[in-house]
Amino acid sequence: MRFIRAFGRFWYDFVVGDDWRIAAGVVLVLAAGAALVATGVSDDVLVPLVGAGIVGVVSVSIIAGARR
Amino acid sequence: MSADTAGLVVSAFLASAVEFVEALTIVLAMGVTRGWRSTLTGVAVALVALAGITALAGYALAAWLPESLLQLIVGTLLLIFGLQWLRKAVLRGAGLKAFNDEDETYREELEAGRSAGAERRLGLDWFGFVVSFKGVFLEGLEIVFIVITFGLNAGNVPAAAAGAGIAGAIVLGIGAVAHRPLAAVPQNTIKFAVGLLLSTFGTFWAVEGLGVFADGRESLEWPGGDAALVALLAVWATFAWSAIRLLRRGGLAAVEG
Repeated sequence: MRFIRAFGRFWYDFVVGDDWRIAAGVVLVLAAGAALVATGVSDDVLVPLVGAGIVGVVSVSIIAGARR
Repeated sequence: MSADTAGLVVSAFLASAVEFVEALTIVLAMGVTRGWRSTLTGVAVALVALAGITALAGYALAAWLPESLLQLIVGTLLLIFGLQWLRKAVLRGAGLKAFNDEDETYREELEAGRSAGAERRLGLDWFGFVVSFKGVFLEGLEIVFIVITFGLNAGNVPAAAAGAGIAGAIVLGIGAVAHRPLAAVPQNTIKFAVGLLLSTFGTFWAVEGLGVFADGRESLEWPGGDAALVALLAVWATFAWSAIRLLRRGGLAAVEG
């Protein structure tokens, strides 16, 4: 049990790192992008939308980091 | 060498150099305080484990996943990594987070090495073995991740591995001669550059990989193709620079207010 917990903790630290908002935000933005792709939205619309979403995610994370 | 390959080698070189410098600091501190035999055994075992993971993960990813899904998965991971590095670099640049100091880390590791007990297992000083193994394995895992993701997505794993290998040879060579941590390496500047590169490639590949959800499951195309990488790099660099300026000029007060 201890090993499993340590194993999970290691991968959490490795992938998620200091701020969970980035990992969660990126996954959310890409999930929204996937939904748009599935509905047939053109690449010209999708790419800037997803890009803006990712910039928004890191902006939120930086603001949260600056407030600490 | 094409521009793409050169960019790949430089990216892997820079990212790996930072990790090698951090691993070297730990190994030197353990070698000096706990003896070199146990420390180097820990390093060797970590390298064998990393080689196994590289071979397995590289083969599995390349053999089992369609190209667009591979781009989505590794692009997403690369993007998360890159944005974490970029976030820290922006906060450091704005004076809101302490800079990395290898001399300070080295002093802390030396102190830990001196104050630890003298437990022996398998004929080894167990503390020196475990700490050097963990240090090399964890820093090495990041290098492996970067080499595999960059290499597979760019279709050139040997070039990415060469970039990492050159970084390792230079850092370890200088470390062996100097016999002290490489505090003079502009680690924070390199981390900023690596954050920009990982964010750029991560954004590019993750968005391309969203094509796996389209009817044909083909990768999406960025406007301008690979040239979009340059535009993305410019966007991330401008964003980071603007964020640092804003936070430095009291933008934080506005954010808090």
